Amino acid sequence: MSIDTARLREDFPILSREVNGRPLVYLDNAATTQKPRAVIEALTHYYETQNANIHRGIHTLAVEATEAYEGVRAKAARHIGAGNAEDIVFTRNTTESINLVARAWGDANLRDGDEIVLTLMEHHSNIVPWQLLAARTGAQLRYAGIDEEGRLDLDELRSLIGERTKLVSVTHMSNVLGTINPIAEIAEIAREAGALLLVDGAQSAPHLPVDVTALGCDVFAFSAHKMLGPTGVGVLWARPGLLAEMEPFLGGGEMISIVKPEGSTWAEGPHKFEAGTPNIADVIAFGAALDYLRELGMAEVREHEKRITAYAIEALERSGGITVHGPHDVEVRGGAVSFEVEGVHPHDVSTIVDAYGVAIRAGHHCAQLLMRHLSVPATNRASFYLYNEEREVDALVEALDEAKRVFGRVESRTAV
Amino acid sequence: MSRAEPQFDELYREVILDHYRRPRNAGALEAPTHQAEGANPVCGDEIELDVAVEGDVICKMAFRGQGCSISQSSASMMTERICGGTIGEARKVMRLFEAQLVEAAEPDPALGDLEALQGVAQFPVRVKCALLCWKVLREALSIDDTDHATSPQGD
Ligand SMILES: Cc1ncc(COP(=O)(O)O)c(C=O)c1O
Repeated sequence: MSIDTARLREDFPILSREVNGRPLVYLDNAATTQKPRAVIEALTHYYETQNANIHRGIHTLAVEATEAYEGVRAKAARHIGAGNAEDIVFTRNTTESINLVARAWGDANLRDGDEIVLTLMEHHSNIVPWQLLAARTGAQLRYAGIDEEGRLDLDELRSLIGERTKLVSVTHMSNVLGTINPIAEIAEIAREAGALLLVDGAQSAPHLPVDVTALGCDVFAFSAHKMLGPTGVGVLWARPGLLAEMEPFLGGGEMISIVKPEGSTWAEGPHKFEAGTPNIADVIAFGAALDYLRELGMAEVREHEKRITAYAIEALERSGGITVHGPHDVEVRGGAVSFEVEGVHPHDVSTIVDAYGVAIRAGHHCAQLLMRHLSVPATNRASFYLYNEEREVDALVEALDEAKRVFGRVESRTAV
Repeated sequence: MSRAEPQFDELYREVILDHYRRPRNAGALEAPTHQAEGANPVCGDEIELDVAVEGDVICKMAFRGQGCSISQSSASMMTERICGGTIGEARKVMRLFEAQLVEAAEPDPALGDLEALQGVAQFPVRVKCALLCWKVLREALSIDDTDHATSPQGD
């Protein structure tokens, strides 16, 4: 059964609004997705009927809120094929999940001369925490490159991973090129070298069926807001046993077992990493997002996005004067489509298409290493989700025609 | 689609596109007396500016940059407009230009080609693009933000 976008769009109140007098065409889903009514209602339901602090009371509201919050751990685990809800830590976002590992695992395990292997297609949130860790420990960073099609150079990655490698951290799917990386193969290489493998799942957990056991990674990080959930909730999954080996991240309430003047002992499981009152309401509403995705089925979501991505790549290239970055084969890529419009800077493109109600992203997409590699200062990016329709791609292409027309009035720019 | 066309022909006037395609004073100076660079981290627009000042006259200017048509044409027009004048005149043009963009003031004839950027005032997220080169100029010439904002100088 394929996704019926016409029916499903009714679940998303924002999709019926107008922007600049035209129906909103929201194609910035790699940045954040829109929220279905079920998620918005879960938030108000919680505040209207259950609001209480969790793990701290035995009154009815506290018990209900605790159960609702804890219940989402199992849903998050199921979403990524993890067996054990106790291996799920709630953070604020992917960025915090990665920083948590850099601190709680990295500080204890990296030394001067050790190496961290990354790729050139990483988001800044999977680069900067490691640069900070390298500065604290004296570890070195290594970056694997990509080929012309925007695919990871697996041979180079393999050659960079050796006995000094303590950590490999790669994105599952590029937020700029859409490239899906062969995580299972990378996991094998990392395992042979005895290195920890962290997978940045910010763009894969929302769009692909994910099974962390099959992938073979040690750590998997993602954000609720990119998969129908509210902002302010991230997930960190760690392979069974790993959380127990890690040091605490932040200290405070909720994360302790016994506090004495001379020191404290830590709470068990994920609680050790969830200091202070967590984002209770948003975690609970994230549960509604996970339910929504489960009902649709991630395989269906992926099929839908493959179709619309193939349609978009074809339509953009056919319209002329447009170059699409990244792999063109939708079997090895997701729905984040970066492109250039010849002679028109991405900001100018964005301004013009916005007047047509079309929301796309212009800029470096928090991937300056990749931009430098592609030798472009910025790109345009359209990114799709389960509610997008082909007619929205058509609206984008039509708006781009206007950008081409406006800038076509004066002939080509001479180089500075 | 035709509804939106006049709007963009107005924002992206031909004079803007012309400066974007064929920037004036592009490149570097051999002996600049003042230099500065700036970037707009949100967009990635970049401008590097060389200025040669003799006495209080801006004799030469050159810029290098990358970015959108608004940021680059603004830099080109800026150099063309203020080169050859005094620093005091440059400050006056700067004030008029900022008023045109930020307060949507009527363009002053003293702005010359820079008047063409008035349409940017309608696009608040793009105002920064147009002002980037001026921010860099201000830094190059150590023009103090606060004094220009508060005291009407005799220039
Ligand atoms: C691949 C990738 N990693 C990490 C992030 C960071 O996500 P967040 O801002 O939710 O921490 C993003 C989001 O833009 C992303 O696309």
